[in-house]
Amino acid sequence: MPKLSHALMLVAGLSLAACANPDRFGAGSDGFGPGGAGMGIDQAGLGDVNDPRSPAFFQSQIGDRVFFTVDSSSLNDNARQTLQAQARWLIDNPQFRIIIEGHADERGTREYNVALGARRANAVVEFLAAQGIATSRMRTVSYGKERPVEACPEPRCWDVNRRAVTVISVGAGA
Amino acid sequence: MSITRRKALLLPAAFAASAMLPGLTPARARAQSGPLRIEITEGVIEPLPIALPDFVAENSGGQQYAAQLGRVISGNLVNTGLFREIPASAHVGRITSFDASVSYADWRAVNAQALVTGAVAASGGRMTVKFRLFDVFSGQQMGEGLQFGGPTDSWRRMAHKVSDAVYSRITGEGGYFDSRVVFVAETGPRDNRRKQLAIMDQDGANVQYLTDGNALVFAPRFSPDGGRILYTSYETGFPRIYVMELSSLRRQVLGDQPGTMTFAPRFAPNGQTVIYSLARGGTTDLYTLDLSSGRIVQLTNAPSIATAPSFSPDGGRVVFESDRSGTQQLYVMAAGGGEARRISNGPGRYGTPVWSPRGDLVAFTKSHQGRFHIGVMRTDGSGERLLTASFLDEGPSWAPNGRVIMFTRETAGGDPSLYSVDISGRNLRRIPTSTAASDPAWSPLLA
Repeated sequence: MPKLSHALMLVAGLSLAACANPDRFGAGSDGFGPGGAGMGIDQAGLGDVNDPRSPAFFQSQIGDRVFFTVDSSSLNDNARQTLQAQARWLIDNPQFRIIIEGHADERGTREYNVALGARRANAVVEFLAAQGIATSRMRTVSYGKERPVEACPEPRCWDVNRRAVTVISVGAGA
Repeated sequence: MSITRRKALLLPAAFAASAMLPGLTPARARAQSGPLRIEITEGVIEPLPIALPDFVAENSGGQQYAAQLGRVISGNLVNTGLFREIPASAHVGRITSFDASVSYADWRAVNAQALVTGAVAASGGRMTVKFRLFDVFSGQQMGEGLQFGGPTDSWRRMAHKVSDAVYSRITGEGGYFDSRVVFVAETGPRDNRRKQLAIMDQDGANVQYLTDGNALVFAPRFSPDGGRILYTSYETGFPRIYVMELSSLRRQVLGDQPGTMTFAPRFAPNGQTVIYSLARGGTTDLYTLDLSSGRIVQLTNAPSIATAPSFSPDGGRVVFESDRSGTQQLYVMAAGGGEARRISNGPGRYGTPVWSPRGDLVAFTKSHQGRFHIGVMRTDGSGERLLTASFLDEGPSWAPNGRVIMFTRETAGGDPSLYSVDISGRNLRRIPTSTAASDPAWSPLLA
């Protein structure tokens, strides 16, 4: 496998520049951005929540996530409305790229949940693409059940853990 | 670390070797129907009473190991649920010389059915461990005496080798104590869990961390020779499969294709081929990668999820899970791909199938009506038996002898930990770990 190290460098080159992370984990802590491992959440990178062009506004006012029912990757009406608003914002703010994170609840096996998260993230990509967002601006990652936002062992927590989160990449220079 | 094994075989040449081990005379092989025998497949097991007096220290260097060896051996045997140790305080007899004849009456008096005697000598960082096994009631030695030699820092391995020999002679099954487990050590809050690959002996001793915890990792798997592991890591920010050489901890990403996610790798029995899942768009299919040529072959092509593949021990077939029918179910196909046959047919969802090392069974995770189970079925799907039930049991891994399964158990709101269970469904045990732990994978028997 002589090309392995080359392939690894290629991936590093593709990873996005500074990555604002509206979720409680992920990009920073898993080493997407130049801050690398343990960087944590760079709240400063999100900008002013009152600035409609800021990732903070996207996160809090547009809504950065949609939810799914058990084993499903179908987008319900609420999810479609959120994603339509996301698409409008992304069209207005073409300097940003996005990473769509797919997640599952903890009530499934680990490998299946990674595959299910990939399917959920892809459902968001396809919807946004149909709304006119270039696929070159979008990447997906699945965390399976590895990164719940709520930890309780009850349906009310599982309901919010089955999600796809649109993470804005700041200064990606797409 | 190498451990030598000497054996006085019932062969003329071996008799010459046994001359180097005075007193280790070969006993006659016992008939399979001999009285001291545990048939593991029998329905009810009354643990067999076994006496394990401290090993005899044959020099001053051996003294620090004499008692410890016996404790490790006893721990292994008693934890199988098949043996019960007669406490030393109850012993009438004393073993003061490895080569003195055994006073069977002393051991019958305390109702010991099996007796293990041993001796240890150590000097200059090397040690030798000898043992014999006796059938107390028939008053005969079982099998020949064995001697193991190796570095003193591998003393636990020698205890494991003795345990394997005792277990094998009494059960007729292969041993599994001289083996290791790679797993994921978990720390930190549930919503930002730190996960590190770690490796330990099968009894939880000698833990070593393999990754630093900066990247999320899951589902490590051993190579057939035990020298490498495959696993999935988010080192780049995206799930990718890696291979790590355990002796150096050097790791390498495999078969990387930007824009895709790879996970759920497992070795083929040849140690050269890796089978794994690749997610592209919303679809997850199975692929193989040849480690020497880099050649990648796509095995499945369905608009659904195919993951958690595992080879049959002969390398000819693959069992995996897919939701192509609408829910997670188990399928078997030829190792090169092609049509897959569904083997799971009960109610509920089935995932994480693993072919047993004997080739006779598939272990799996089943979820049904809000409960999770570890179960086994024959490779055609018949004979399904659920071995466990809990809030979340998942991810079975077979002991090298195909008699025991280790898996992850998570209680509601609690941390995950490692458990093992016999394929009979008996002897559910928690494996001690210093942190929360998940995704155990059992190594083959060490060389």
